[in-house]
Amino acid sequence: MSIEPKELQAPVWREPVIHQMGAAGRRGVLFSRVEDEIEAGVGPAENLIPDAVRRRDRPALPELSEPEVLYHYLRLSQQTLGMMGISLFGTCTMKYNPAVNEAIAWRPEITEVHPLQHEDTLQGTLEIVHGMDLILREVSGMDQFVFQAGGGAEAAYVNCAVTRGYHAARGELEQRDEIITTIQTHPSSAATAAMAGFKVVTLPLDENGYPSLDALKAAVSNRTAALMVNNPDDMGVYNPEMKDWVRIVHEAGGLAFHDSANFNGIIGKLRPRELGFDACMFMLHKTFGAPKSGVGGPAVGAYGCSAELAPFLPSPLVAFDGSRYHLDYDRPQSIGKIREFWGNVPVVVKAYAWSRAMGAEGMAQVSDLSVLANNYMEKGLVAIRGVTRSHPDAKLPRLEMTRYSLQTLKEETGVDIHDVQNRMSDFGIDPPWTSHEPWLLPEPFTPEAGEMWGKEALDTWVAVVKKVSDEAYSNPEHVKTAPHKQAVHRLKPGATDDPKTRATTWRAYQRKTGR
Amino acid sequence: MTAQGATLGLIINPVAGMGGSVGLKGTDGEDVLQEAWRRGARPGAEERARGAMNRLVEIGTPLRVLTGSGELGEDVARAAGLDVEVVHSPGPGPTTSADTRAAAEIMAARSVDLLLFVGGDGTARDVLAAVGDGVPVLGVPAGVKMHSAVFGTSPRNAGHLATLFLAASPAARLREAEVMDLDEAAFRGDRLSARLYGYARSPYERHLSQNAKAGSGASGETALRLAAQQVAAGMKPGHLYILGPGTTTRRVADALDLPSTLLGVDAVLDGKSVGADLDEQALLDLMQGRETWIVVGVLGGQGSLFGRGNQQISAAVIRQVGRDHIIVISSLEKLLALETASLHVDTGDAEVDAMLAGYVRIETGPNRSTLFKVEA
Repeated sequence: MSIEPKELQAPVWREPVIHQMGAAGRRGVLFSRVEDEIEAGVGPAENLIPDAVRRRDRPALPELSEPEVLYHYLRLSQQTLGMMGISLFGTCTMKYNPAVNEAIAWRPEITEVHPLQHEDTLQGTLEIVHGMDLILREVSGMDQFVFQAGGGAEAAYVNCAVTRGYHAARGELEQRDEIITTIQTHPSSAATAAMAGFKVVTLPLDENGYPSLDALKAAVSNRTAALMVNNPDDMGVYNPEMKDWVRIVHEAGGLAFHDSANFNGIIGKLRPRELGFDACMFMLHKTFGAPKSGVGGPAVGAYGCSAELAPFLPSPLVAFDGSRYHLDYDRPQSIGKIREFWGNVPVVVKAYAWSRAMGAEGMAQVSDLSVLANNYMEKGLVAIRGVTRSHPDAKLPRLEMTRYSLQTLKEETGVDIHDVQNRMSDFGIDPPWTSHEPWLLPEPFTPEAGEMWGKEALDTWVAVVKKVSDEAYSNPEHVKTAPHKQAVHRLKPGATDDPKTRATTWRAYQRKTGR
Repeated sequence: MTAQGATLGLIINPVAGMGGSVGLKGTDGEDVLQEAWRRGARPGAEERARGAMNRLVEIGTPLRVLTGSGELGEDVARAAGLDVEVVHSPGPGPTTSADTRAAAEIMAARSVDLLLFVGGDGTARDVLAAVGDGVPVLGVPAGVKMHSAVFGTSPRNAGHLATLFLAASPAARLREAEVMDLDEAAFRGDRLSARLYGYARSPYERHLSQNAKAGSGASGETALRLAAQQVAAGMKPGHLYILGPGTTTRRVADALDLPSTLLGVDAVLDGKSVGADLDEQALLDLMQGRETWIVVGVLGGQGSLFGRGNQQISAAVIRQVGRDHIIVISSLEKLLALETASLHVDTGDAEVDAMLAGYVRIETGPNRSTLFKVEA
């Protein structure tokens, strides 16, 4: 690696808040006044709005011309710190979302349909949803998928609701009130289990980086409703005893759910059903190439399960009778609805387009490349002064991610992970992901290379960490005061926590500043 | 408190840790110190103090240091280029624990923002005796015994934590930290006896995935309080509940609106207090003919479950109660901060220790639990 990282210079537009721009009466579009015949026919325009919903005061909206508005938001978009550099934001499986898939999803055949249309007019859309179901069945080994959940956490909640339905049908729900998870499973598993009324038992890790079989054995009982676990976890650690885990939970009468969020490392190699799992969950905006949309959605948590659990799935399911697709509502054991209709179809369409373009061989290559890229990066990163790997003595290689710690760097230089994140952004690297809470490893960071970045991007990423480490040892103040080349300076710690110094609306800003 | 006006109290126990290097398991008391010198031990506390001070200076937090003369802190603080005021000078002869206490009392009276001491459990005890929970206290680890939870993980980290705290960083918060100490005389005779001496207010560094977001710190405390309430609500009529020492179990008594002793063992029956500050025999008497449960917290920086700070709950008591009648409560944050990923028991009875070994369930919040390995 002989890459010399270069600093960038982000644009600094010093944009005011939009309320401080423009002038009274300025408009983007001027409409001609209503013609007399029309007004005579329907009355004054404001009367078309019912009294009950008509506001009494004029809204205090900014008044700007159209180009002013466009320039303003263009400049703001240029000042964003993320998603335009090399983005290896761990646990998120960052991927480029092909423009052609966007174009497909924006076609009127998708944008102009409504879920309340008659089935006969939705056959093409239903075919795509059913097709994605079949693809995910093949990938996971499950027997039925449903796309209703609006994200991964909601799919985890589907699992808790299905678990409730399953045990209730067997008359064991009252007795089985515990869900077992691990401290390295995504916090949404514990959170949704609690929300569904279960007690949560969290297993800690042992020195191998995953919980011991003995810890699981001590946790299971006739109170166990389910196990909710990821594998690999978001440190890239693969638990090789997972088949035994599922067996132990099944023998205790519980169900086993695989949070397949980190599927990039195993897609095409391993099916959760073949490990014995009863259910799993994919986020189509991660492994399956649909956009994250700023993590605010729209998204889809695709939930799949065995035939035994399928009767409990939310309704409706998209079904195919050999000649015609239909929505199956006639499912007496269904948990009902998790969300309206049958999912965010444009997201399903994008994932379907990605999956069809990749094919089975392409998907298998995804895990090859992701694991290779991560292990390639690991060689470079652990050679950098101040960087260590989690569970350094664990024998198994990491899959598509590795969790590192900058604790040594911090002890030796005072520079911590937040300083390093900030400084990396000066070199066009999106600040890396640290870790979910709680931090088991101090000063953590977690790159996830995925399959789409080339070797030069990975080399650049590693070279920037090396550069920042060198700076930390030679000129720590420079790192601690970063970023220097970005559109904004570093926020003062705690500044946004004091209600007196923050405002989320213009009105609050005026009130708090007296301006 | 502002960074400009921050005042640091610094107390070095110059002989801390000396006993350990020559196999003495401690350095408390004049005779033992003499023996340590005789065996060739050399003071290492100053070196460790320097590690912490260098960290403070590197970060460049402006501060004023109140300290004792010479080896009590003045030498190290001046060498580090800090602004020093000597507030205590020992009399002739070697310094003693009386000097630690005298200096700490003056610093408390002067309301230092943080009292940084360099030593071990013995020094922590002296500081606690002098200042109680009056001023925040942080230990630079330099002693032979360090069971207390007031120490930084290394001298440099202690210095770093002190800086964060003095700069009022939201990443540094105060917690109740156990001050514990082994009885050195018994320890040297290979009999173990440890006591919980009290709680100091001590800063710790919160590990944050977002840079320093304040305001979320209450959730850990809330989780613990709700866990304690749940344990209290689950108490069965006619069953005796033994509440171990410490602030965690005190929350159970609080949930029942009962008085409790912080350092002692109390007992509850049918929602009423039936004994306070009980010893082993008093517990065994109360247990006669009653199904009994033990409610304990995790004590100290090394994660002791039984045998350190709660010896009143003896091997005989534990054996009679049984493993499945032990309720452990702890915050997840505290468990994750332990030096090892396991809990320790040392009841003095190998059979009972073996019975307790293996995974034990720990209540960490309302309807939340975890399992930790217990090692004898």
